[in-house]
Formats: sequence, C-alpha cells, structure tokens
Amino acid sequence: MNDKLIIAGHEFNSRFILGSGKYSLELIKAAVENAGAEIITLALRRANSDSDNILDYIPKGVTLLPNTSGARNAEEAVRIARLSREVGCGDFVKIEVIHDSKYLLPDNYETIKATEILAKEGFIVMPYMYPDLNAARDLVNAGAATIMPLGAPIGSNKGICTKDFIKILIEEIDLPIIVDAGIGKPSQACEAMEMGAAAVMANTAIATAGDIPAMAEAFKKAIEAGRTAYLSGMGRVIEKASASSPLTGFLQD
Amino acid sequence: MENKRIDHMTYLPDMENIGSEIQDKVIKARNDYTPDKYTAADVTEALKADVLTPYDFGALLSPAAGNFLEEMAKRAMAETRKHFGNSINMFTPLYIANYCENYCIYCGFNCHNKINRAKLNEEEIEQEMKAIADTGLEEVLILTGESRKMSDVEYIGMACRLASKYFKVVGLEVYPMNTDEYRYLHECGADYVTVFQETYNSDKYETLHLEGHKRVFPYRLNAQERAIRGGMRGVGFAALLGLDDFRRDAFATGMHAYLIQKKYPHADIAFSCPRLRPIINNDKINPKDVHEPQLLQVICAYRIFMPFASITISTRECQRFRDNIIKIAATKISAGVDVGIGGHTEDGSHKGDEQFEISDGRNVEQVYKAIKEQGLQPVMSEYIYV
Repeated sequence: MNDKLIIAGHEFNSRFILGSGKYSLELIKAAVENAGAEIITLALRRANSDSDNILDYIPKGVTLLPNTSGARNAEEAVRIARLSREVGCGDFVKIEVIHDSKYLLPDNYETIKATEILAKEGFIVMPYMYPDLNAARDLVNAGAATIMPLGAPIGSNKGICTKDFIKILIEEIDLPIIVDAGIGKPSQACEAMEMGAAAVMANTAIATAGDIPAMAEAFKKAIEAGRTAYLSGMGRVIEKASASSPLTGFLQD
Repeated sequence: MENKRIDHMTYLPDMENIGSEIQDKVIKARNDYTPDKYTAADVTEALKADVLTPYDFGALLSPAAGNFLEEMAKRAMAETRKHFGNSINMFTPLYIANYCENYCIYCGFNCHNKINRAKLNEEEIEQEMKAIADTGLEEVLILTGESRKMSDVEYIGMACRLASKYFKVVGLEVYPMNTDEYRYLHECGADYVTVFQETYNSDKYETLHLEGHKRVFPYRLNAQERAIRGGMRGVGFAALLGLDDFRRDAFATGMHAYLIQKKYPHADIAFSCPRLRPIINNDKINPKDVHEPQLLQVICAYRIFMPFASITISTRECQRFRDNIIKIAATKISAGVDVGIGGHTEDGSHKGDEQFEISDGRNVEQVYKAIKEQGLQPVMSEYIYV
C-alpha cells in the first residue's frame, strides 16, 4: 500500500513523530528504532549544550524536527528557529510559542506571526497550536506545512480532550493534521489515527513508561492500527435505537 | 540603640516602590493560614485534586499531612516525572564577594561577624569561571554579600558578561534592586533572579535583620516582581526554614510564587528550600527545628502545588537526602560547591570566608555519576538566551 505521510513534499513511511525530551539520552536510539520513527523532535535548547548534546544521540537518517520551546513570543521563536538552522538542524521547525508556565498552552496569535515570517524564509513550519479553526486557517495562509493541534496540555497524558475540535480541523483543513501533546496511551494514539489524523506526536507517554523502547513499539503498532482502520472505512456505529414506526410511513408510493 | 533602627516597613530613598498588592495578599494568606485546623480528610482531598487550590496546599503543609509523607512523595514523584521527565539540572554557585552591609543575626556574612572579607576582581572572576566551566558545568549562579558599596550593579554586570562567555545559563542571587537595574543585568546576560525572603513574618523579620537595606521588608518581598518587569525569564523564592514557624513560611513562599505566576504567567518559577545551617562564630544557629521529614514535606508540598516549578536542593543538605530528593521532587542540584570567596581555582585557598557550612562536598563528576545511578539524566543546560 502506498500510504505516505507527505509534509511539504517530503515523504515519510512512519506516522509516528517521536519526542526526545524527558528521558535518558542513551535510550533515544532504541526508542527511535522500536518506534520506527522517521521524524524526531528535539528542543533546540537541549541542543545548545556542549556536553551530552542530544544531537549526538539521535541516529543518522532520522529527520530532525527542532522545536522552539522556550520562546515566549513570535520574535523569540523566529530567533530560535534561525539558530536551529545555523547549527545544522535543517529546515524543519516546530513552532512552540508559550507564555504560560503552568499549563504550557500555545499562543495561537504569536504562533501565526512566527509561522508567516519563517515560512517566507524557507522553513518547513509545523506549528503547535490550540485547535481553533480560525487560527488554523490563518496558519495555512501564513504558510504552515502541517497543523499540530494539542490533544491535552503537554505532559498531561490525558488523551484527546479536544477531540471534537480536532475533528473539525481534519474536516476543514487540507494540510496534514498531526495530533501533538496530551496523548498518554497507545489506545489514544490509535483513536487519533482512526479519526483521520495524519500523524501523532508523543513524548511524555513514552518517556515516563517503565520500559521506554517497548512503549515506543506499542505506540508504533497502535498508530499503524489506527491508520489502517481509518483507511479501511470505519464500520457504522448506531448510537441510538430507531423508532419502530417510521415517520415516513404515511407516504403513498 | 533600638531607637536608631530604621522602620522595617518604610522604603528608603532610591528604593523603587511598585505597590504592594501581591505583598498584601501574601501576608494576608500567611496570617489566615492555621496549620492545626487541617484534618486527615483535608489532606486526602488535596492529594486527590487534579490541580491544587491554596487551601489544598495548606493541607499538605499541615501537621496532619505528616502522616501522609509516603503518599505525598509518590504524588510528588509522579508530578516531577510528568513535567520534567528524567532530567536533573546541574549548576554551581559562584561567590564573588562577601562584603555585607546587613546585620542578619543568623548569617555568616553579617556585617558584624569577624570573618575575612574579600571581593574578586575581573581577572579572578574569570579564573574562577574558567575553572568551573572546565568541570563541564554550563549553569552558574553568581552570588555576592549584600553590599551595594563594595559590589555595585556595574560590578555584578561585569561578572554577568564574563559568565555569559563561559556558561549557557546565568542566575543571580544578590541584593534586591530596582527594575532598571535588573534590566541592565538582564542585558549583561543574566536571566534568573533568586531572592530569599528568609521569613514572611514581618514582625519576626524585624528582629532578625537589625541593620542595612535588607531591613526593609517590602522592598525585598517585591524583588521578584521587579526582576520580571526588568526582563528576567525566571525568579526564585525561598524562606529560610527554621527562622519562624516553618509551615507558615513555606505556605507564604508558595503563595508568593503562586500569585506572581498568576500575574506573570510566562515567568519561570523556582523554589529553594534552605534550612538554617551552623555559621562561623555562632553555635546557637543550627537547623534543629526543621528535621528531614518536615523538609521533605515542604518540598513535596511545593512540587504538588506547583508541579511545573523548578526546585533546587542545596548543599546545606547531606548526600543521602539530596540523592533521594532528586528522585522525588527536586529538579536542580548544585555540585562542586564552595561558599567562600575564590575557592575554585587551583590551590583551592580562600580569599574570603564561607557563608555557611555545606554538607555535601561532592564534585561535579561525583554528583553527575550519582544522578546517573538513580536512572536520571544530568542536564548541564536546556536554555537559549533570547
């Protein structure tokens, strides 16, 4: 089956974007391999260290998706993205603009501004956002390559709390919708894929698992299952019993 | 003598007054807090809550919660891993001067304590920084005694500029200053400011801080807010536990951080959890009031109340406590610590005496290894100055 994830013309076989934060550096390689991930996110601020640089632990051949975490406004996100390109992290960038230290919710307005600037500079911009249809449309117009709505606050492992709103984005936005943040279990990743998400990004759920490589593999399988189910056309679910005498029974012929 | 002392609630000329809305709320919260009224049921409710209210936080600091230490530690650990994963940040403090104009009766640096005073010059600071950077550390916390005369803002700024050459992250623990001075130091490369309020009981504060600008209680209490307004990314809070009722002071510390975070949601929040330590020439000062279980309770309460806050564990505590608390709640640990002036360079001799006695003298390599052995990831920096 030729089912590729295409982001700005780049093709990927895997629909699992793995985060590299919050766990021991030595485990990154095994996690990537077990996840079958072809894209790995990393906080550029973690790649700004001279000792134990996270970049040294990421297997070759995996596409780097540096994020701008630490940016509190568009201007800072732009500066971090440019720095990321300078240090050789490539053209992909995940925009994270957060100025809320408690819930780490993204600022859609600043994210749109940063997306517009960076897309013009040739970056492949993947904005992390709160699932708001109007903001998503603005991101498309600003030149985003994908839209990455959150399922729940970062690190919360609460699942897809914003399910109905992500569904709207999937229906209305023509770019790949990648569910990012909040997914805590493989079953939730599967659910996102069944809904028609193009990919799932997860970090904390894997990083806080007892066996990190094994959990990476579990996510991989769940994402594949969800994708296959989506492509197969989901079976009909009857929510309520139907009335026994049809309302249209009065019609003749 | 008593009459000559300045009023501890009145700002001195040159001290910027940004208003007292947060201060008033913190003081009120502290005054209203009655640790003894909480019951075991309050504690279990607090531990069940998804996001804790100030009332819940009060429950976790109460004597009733003393019987729930294991449950608190479990919840704290889950929150720490959820928000920080396995990362433990490493840093070291660098004392560049110990001149002090304050008379704080519990502190080794106080202006009447006969100790060797010293101040490092630019060249000496650079040597110290080089020596620290050679150990692999990428975060430094610059400290001075509180003397504007001997360690003026330009002097601290010089140290910040040097520090940005050798380190990724530069923090400050110096005397409180005005917003424009914080802005200047931010431009020199500093991004984090920690100010210990010592105690949030202003009456008690007055009896402990007899002379110097530190005597002015409200100016100190509002330092974090001025630092944020001056552009600093993060601010740190602490009460010196044991000076007054530690439960009330810990509660006030948490409320202070909580209110600052509400008003400035982008600010990074950090806690330190110092207990009194013995100092040179004063045998009466010792940390007998706050024992390890109480300290653990306070640290876990901070973690559960503000799960996203950075918590630093000091070398005032012993190796055993530190190695265990990083598994549970602390996310930042110092290593290779020297609290004297000029002790990092080769001969290790001090130009000026230490502020207090440390309990964990391990070097960077040893602490790094200890973190690894807990299955955690030592992180030298995860920060970009923007």
